[in-house]
Amino acid sequence: MVIGKEEMEVRLDGQGIPLWLCMEVTYRCPLQCPWCNNPLDYDTYRKHELSTDEWFRVLHEGREMGALQIGLTGGEPMMRDDIVEITAEAGRLGYYTNLITGGVGLTKDKLEALKEAGLNQIQLSIQSCDPAITNKLIGADAHDKKMQVARDIKALDFPLSLNIPVCRESIDQTKEILDMCEEVEADYLEYVQIQYYNWALHNRDELLPTKEQVKRSEQLVNEARERLGKKMTIYFVVPDYHDKFPKACMNGWGAIHLTIAPDGTAMPCQEARAIKEIDFPSVRDHDLSWIWHESPAFNLYRGEDWMKEPCRSCDDKEKDVGGCRCQAYLLTGDATNTDPVCYKSPHHYIVEEAITEASRPGRNTLPYVMRSVQSAASLRE
Amino acid sequence: MAETLRIDPTDRFELHPFYMFRWEERQKAYLLMYPEGIVKLNETAAETLKRCDGDRSVTEIIDELKEEVKNGPNPESASLVEKSVCKFLEESSAKGWIRKKEGGLEENGNR
Ligand code: SF4
Ligand code: SF4
Repeated sequence: MVIGKEEMEVRLDGQGIPLWLCMEVTYRCPLQCPWCNNPLDYDTYRKHELSTDEWFRVLHEGREMGALQIGLTGGEPMMRDDIVEITAEAGRLGYYTNLITGGVGLTKDKLEALKEAGLNQIQLSIQSCDPAITNKLIGADAHDKKMQVARDIKALDFPLSLNIPVCRESIDQTKEILDMCEEVEADYLEYVQIQYYNWALHNRDELLPTKEQVKRSEQLVNEARERLGKKMTIYFVVPDYHDKFPKACMNGWGAIHLTIAPDGTAMPCQEARAIKEIDFPSVRDHDLSWIWHESPAFNLYRGEDWMKEPCRSCDDKEKDVGGCRCQAYLLTGDATNTDPVCYKSPHHYIVEEAITEASRPGRNTLPYVMRSVQSAASLRE
Repeated sequence: MAETLRIDPTDRFELHPFYMFRWEERQKAYLLMYPEGIVKLNETAAETLKRCDGDRSVTEIIDELKEEVKNGPNPESASLVEKSVCKFLEESSAKGWIRKKEGGLEENGNR
């Protein structure tokens, strides 16, 4: 061997490889979160879910292409009867396997079976430290169950990651929420910034925190980081609406992420179906390699040729790839526009108006549009 | 609260159980994978981490790697082994990749 002077970490060769495979194994879910990023017609996918064997094929083709991490998500992945089998296959193939769950359906027996199957980590969503607020936000009586699942996860020596969405109703409890996470000995805490697509976009004016709330919360998070050090890793990203620059969405379109919907539709990210004009390929019709390398959908916004001004001549375009295509589409009607979160975007006023509305004194609070078949029908009208 | 860790020659380190450490043919390298992250390691780091099995002491790891380097294409660099191993152990334990094996083999109580 040779002793190197270089850094101990070397650049991962992600060029042209879908390193992260996100498998939305089902959109079924017992909860009704108003920020759910599943499409409004989530219920129609029920009849078209990929079979166990089809998911195995996705796993195999992904590994052949060099994919390394699997996210099993949904909906609620525990609604799939074959989730343990799928996990075991992923483990056997050498993936690092993450389960992203709301916790309902995660019994002790299931947890033990998943451990046996080689599951590496579990991200459990919790919404508040106050059972009443959690239950209101998710439209179900599940707070206590979630807390029990958190303890069971720890008892089985899994790393415990808690996902907490930051929204206006819960963000002022940051301190108490941090205490709760410390008490259940969470190893990772992810303050998930709600991205305003699908259900969340319909609830944006109720969910979006004010600038002051974000600032206070960030300060408390920083204090906790200082105090807890290695004991708990806290991820907290300022919500993009409150930032000057957009996020480099998925590191770029078709760069390292590949999402498969329950019916086999393949997309560069979980929100991409929002762009109605794009015809996304399905793993039922094509192999993963063709989808990734050849399909028109995955090549559409690769590189920089599709960019318009102000991105095209901007020095920051490599850093943020012009933001999120889906957000640009949803807010401006054209996916090739600059993400309106960017202060240079001619559409930035849309984001500013939303923030102003969130903190307008005396505004009427509206009830959330909860994720359900009924509210989907009324939204479509 | 900065945690500075002094490496003791008798310490025994092990991979933190949250991490997956394995060879990836496609990348022609050892990888370390964890929740939300993938790190590709250089050879020194990988060869050190491979030996963090909770069994070998720091001294043993250093001796083994010195042997390897002496038999390699660049034997003069064997003198650099100790420093790079200690640096790697310090940095990777600060990052939480490895941890000190507790109990059992505590030979000296000077820390
Ligand atoms: S966001 Fe809520 S409703 Fe949507 S899938 Fe996740 S847990 Fe279910
Ligand atoms: S103009 Fe485009 S590239 Fe420049 S900072 Fe804004 S989004 Fe990024």
